[in-house]
Amino acid sequence: MLSSVKEAGTASTSPAIRPNGRWPLPPSVRALLRAGKTRRRLVPYLLLVPSAVAIGLMLIWPAIQLGEYSLQNYGLPQVTGAVPTSWVGLGNFRQVLSDPEFWSSLRISVLFALVVVPLTLVAGTLVGLLLNRLGRKMAAFVSTAALLAWAMPAVSASVIFVWLFDPDGGVADYLLARLPSWLGGGAHWSGFSWTNAPLPAYTVITLLVVWQAFPFVAVAVLAGLKTIPAELHEAALVDGAGPWRVFWKVTYPLLKPIFLVLLLLSVIWDFGIFTQAYIVTGELGNRDEYNLGIYAYDKAFTMPPAYGVASALALVLTVMLLLITAGYVRASIRQGAIA
Amino acid sequence: MRRARRAGLNAAAIAVAVVTLFPIFWMVSTAFKPATEIYSLTPRPLPAHPTWTNFANVLNGSVIGMPYWTFLRNSLFVTVASVLVSSVIALLAAIAVARFRFRFRTTYLIMLLIVQMLPQQALVIALFLDFRRLNLLDSLIGLILLYITFALPVTIWMLRNFVAAVPRELEEAAAIDGAGPLQRFWKVLLPLVMPGLVTTSVFAFIFAWNEFVFATTFLGTDQAKYTLPVYVTYFFGKGSVDWGAIMAASVLFTLPVMIFFLIMQRRLRTGLLAGAVKG
Repeated sequence: MLSSVKEAGTASTSPAIRPNGRWPLPPSVRALLRAGKTRRRLVPYLLLVPSAVAIGLMLIWPAIQLGEYSLQNYGLPQVTGAVPTSWVGLGNFRQVLSDPEFWSSLRISVLFALVVVPLTLVAGTLVGLLLNRLGRKMAAFVSTAALLAWAMPAVSASVIFVWLFDPDGGVADYLLARLPSWLGGGAHWSGFSWTNAPLPAYTVITLLVVWQAFPFVAVAVLAGLKTIPAELHEAALVDGAGPWRVFWKVTYPLLKPIFLVLLLLSVIWDFGIFTQAYIVTGELGNRDEYNLGIYAYDKAFTMPPAYGVASALALVLTVMLLLITAGYVRASIRQGAIA
Repeated sequence: MRRARRAGLNAAAIAVAVVTLFPIFWMVSTAFKPATEIYSLTPRPLPAHPTWTNFANVLNGSVIGMPYWTFLRNSLFVTVASVLVSSVIALLAAIAVARFRFRFRTTYLIMLLIVQMLPQQALVIALFLDFRRLNLLDSLIGLILLYITFALPVTIWMLRNFVAAVPRELEEAAAIDGAGPLQRFWKVLLPLVMPGLVTTSVFAFIFAWNEFVFATTFLGTDQAKYTLPVYVTYFFGKGSVDWGAIMAASVLFTLPVMIFFLIMQRRLRTGLLAGAVKG
């Protein structure tokens, strides 16, 4: 990489340095100038060295290692050095594919994203549209409230939601028990445990994640709405279009690039959700509530560790996320974000 | 008609705000309730007899045998150190991609977008084994290294817009006046990029302050090294749950982030969008 830069530096010599080509410079001075130019060409690379080294060592290298470990028999005896690691080919992957727990965790990850992504996008868009039509003070109030939810650390938010839905003293069960029965309420709710089965647990996680993620969508949609000239909406309204039609015929087509990016980001975040799911499902142990990420983590950090299988699982998760990321990168390039 | 619509919109707005603020409100309210009210069968929104007991228990350490201050110190050390270092590294990289045209520039930017999406819970497996070999488990220095790195993609991506927004002409004018590259950096670019640097460091701060996966995995055995997120989840799920103490601890853990956000709201909103939605 550097050698090609140097060659380019030496190849393009004089014109830029001697604007008129009138006074020929002594060779020593010319060499000095050339060196200066080469050095200038090196500047951006030098500026990138620290970040490239850090990212290379702690983001890219571990990803490559996952690939390596996933092909190895790597457990506790190999870590302690009692037994050397051995290559097992695709054995770990074969084991993963025939493992019902892998399929159930994958199903949970996929279903969770399928439910939470649309909920987040719809809730966020509605709030964004609302913010756009509110008075200045009201809009500031609502967006501050929303940003506080967004700013909430995932750990605090998860702990709070577990408490809200606690069977002993949680406010959710209390309110549900007092809800009229035609709304699904009733005494059977008091003492209902939300974290003992996958469906209730992921209902809590869904509410939690939508609560934390909709503000981001709302703020992004609002920023997009501000770029649409008001006349467009007015013209559509004058033509007798209702709010539903205005949204789909005017707003949505104009904001499509923003929605695409928000969609992809949401899919990446929700498919890869970890901290919230890990805490709400009780920090490992409830195996039927594992999503793909938690399952991989469990394989690596529950005794006895199976780093090879865990890496295979982690790699499956990573590759799936990277496939969606490819779409995200393409959308970003199209939007001109990489200019 | 118009007034009715306005009233309807405002009612919807208040409903959104109330629902959004409710969990935060409940955290604070629980933190001030005595145990009898927390486990009461008819929970009330506000504590009837507000008490500082939960906070006192957290602060003097009667809950897990170590005071809150230990964990606050760990969190502050890890966060401040990683933010300072990553800001400097990110600024250098941002200048490179915003001020220079060179081969691999686009490649580098795309690489940043991609690595930003690598799942932590996957990388933590390989990183755990690496850190074990390097004796960096149970070490705050190890966490700092990780937090520096994981904050970089987003901070570089955001900072590059702030650097690009500084007119080149200003630096050229300084160059004509005889300022060398370093002087131009200190006297022209840095002061103008400062607001952007502050914004991006808040994001780096929040990332490090909130980070849970690495902290809980790497600080497993040594309680005295715990950062606040690990501490908050530690006494949760261990035996009988003391919700008053947990809520008091989350209030103390969340408060700094909330205050940061309220002060810097406007700036953060721009940064938020610049970071993820549009370059």
